[in-house]
Amino acid sequence: MASYSTSEFKGGLKIMLDGDPCSIIENEFVKPGKGQAFNRVKIRNLKSGRVIERTFRSGESVEGADVLEVSLQYLYNDGEFWHFMDPQSFEQYSADANAVGDASLWLKDQDSCNVTLWNGAPLSVEAPNFVVLTITETDPGLKGDTSGGGGKPATLETGAVVRVPLFVQTGEAIKVDTRTGSYVSRAKEG
Amino acid sequence: MSPVPKRVEADRIAWRPSASLETLRRRSRLLSDLRRFFLSKGIQEVETPACSVAATSDPALESLQTVFTGPGAPAGKRLYLHTSPEFAMKRLLCAGCGSIFQICKVFRNGELGSMHAPEFTLLEWYRLGIDHHRLMDEVAELIRTVLPDSVHEQRFSYRELFLHHIGIDPLVAPVDALRHAAGACGIGGLDKLQLEDRDAWLDLLMTHCIEPALGTGMCFVYDYPASQASLARIRPGTPPLAERFELYLDGVELANGFHELNDGAEQRRRFQAELRYRRRRGLPAVPLDERFLSALDSGGLPDCAGVALGVDRLLMGMVGAQHIDQVLAFPPGLA
Repeated sequence: MASYSTSEFKGGLKIMLDGDPCSIIENEFVKPGKGQAFNRVKIRNLKSGRVIERTFRSGESVEGADVLEVSLQYLYNDGEFWHFMDPQSFEQYSADANAVGDASLWLKDQDSCNVTLWNGAPLSVEAPNFVVLTITETDPGLKGDTSGGGGKPATLETGAVVRVPLFVQTGEAIKVDTRTGSYVSRAKEG
Repeated sequence: MSPVPKRVEADRIAWRPSASLETLRRRSRLLSDLRRFFLSKGIQEVETPACSVAATSDPALESLQTVFTGPGAPAGKRLYLHTSPEFAMKRLLCAGCGSIFQICKVFRNGELGSMHAPEFTLLEWYRLGIDHHRLMDEVAELIRTVLPDSVHEQRFSYRELFLHHIGIDPLVAPVDALRHAAGACGIGGLDKLQLEDRDAWLDLLMTHCIEPALGTGMCFVYDYPASQASLARIRPGTPPLAERFELYLDGVELANGFHELNDGAEQRRRFQAELRYRRRRGLPAVPLDERFLSALDSGGLPDCAGVALGVDRLLMGMVGAQHIDQVLAFPPGLA
């Protein structure tokens, strides 16, 4: 993998730090008029998601990280791994619970999602912003209530629990915003 | 496909200024206020060349270069763009011109960021017969003519500043103690940070720990470690101190001044030490300014103090800009 000098630093650049792949968020050039130049950098550790600050001597080089963002189709979960496929090459990838994280709540087979690969293996999985999932269990709502005020919990086919309006019933498909975990609407027919 | 309106078509390549027209009017007023300040005191404005066959040997500065081809130089002659007009202005002082000022573009390779542009506007002036303390008074007076009178002013020696903010004596603390202090104020990646010398560690602490804590208003810092004397006189003592000062405005480095060294032999020794340092670190060798050294050798540099002040950063302070591009008509990315 190529290495990058501090002059190549910019938001989005993927570099290796302490053995972990990281992404540069912000790069600030700091230099006294008559003194040493530094790059003060905000970096996200792509494994842990943590944001840290690092100072480099300007002109220093760091190893690049072989990190790639791809769109993959989710296939199935075998109990231990989540399996994905590249719809173009048909190449398959398996991701562990660490990489899938909270996205597991929203993954439905055939859905495509953004997967970050590090050295060819899934590092993190991002659920699509919106998914359509079927309600497997929710209390029957009161007839005629269309206000949605208050709402009730509903368990979805993936196991996720979201609050839905009272008029939505078991067996219905709903649209959910995965970033907030909130109900958007009933899924459109067809 | 619908036709693209002419205006949108023309704007596909960015051409508009990055500073607002109001800020550019402030810049114009600032430049005339600065000139009026000096001319009213009877200080003469001068112009010196931006291009020279010689360059600064300061290892912290990298000169941009260009090539002149023409009469006397059919195969091309390498020229360095000045990083400050200091050497040429001191030659004028040696020639007996009296107190002078200059407002000019200077050039520093490799410097680009929210507070840096590779070409920027410098105000530099020299006052005969005063030391760095009296020059600090005049710098404060100048700042008060362009900013409100009420702007708060503080003065600390370099040593006091470090003792006050991080409890370290910068004149004697060993590198290990400086590294420890850097860790204590939360600088990340210290285990990997390879710095060449003690002064670089001091620079790290100054930029990362002290500058952000300086607060608003003017903060003068004076009497630097002798190792950071540059072109300032070193006052003998234990330890000896460089008669140099810096001004920070709202925590941003704005000006650097010296009680000027006028010993040609000592100046040559410092330049040669810088060249050796450059060689050790694999930095490019540069031709020394022999005309400047010759002027000093003539014994003609009067007792004087001089200072260089970043005009773009001063304007940033005046309009509350966070990025230097906000005060430049066309910053590097649009030039």
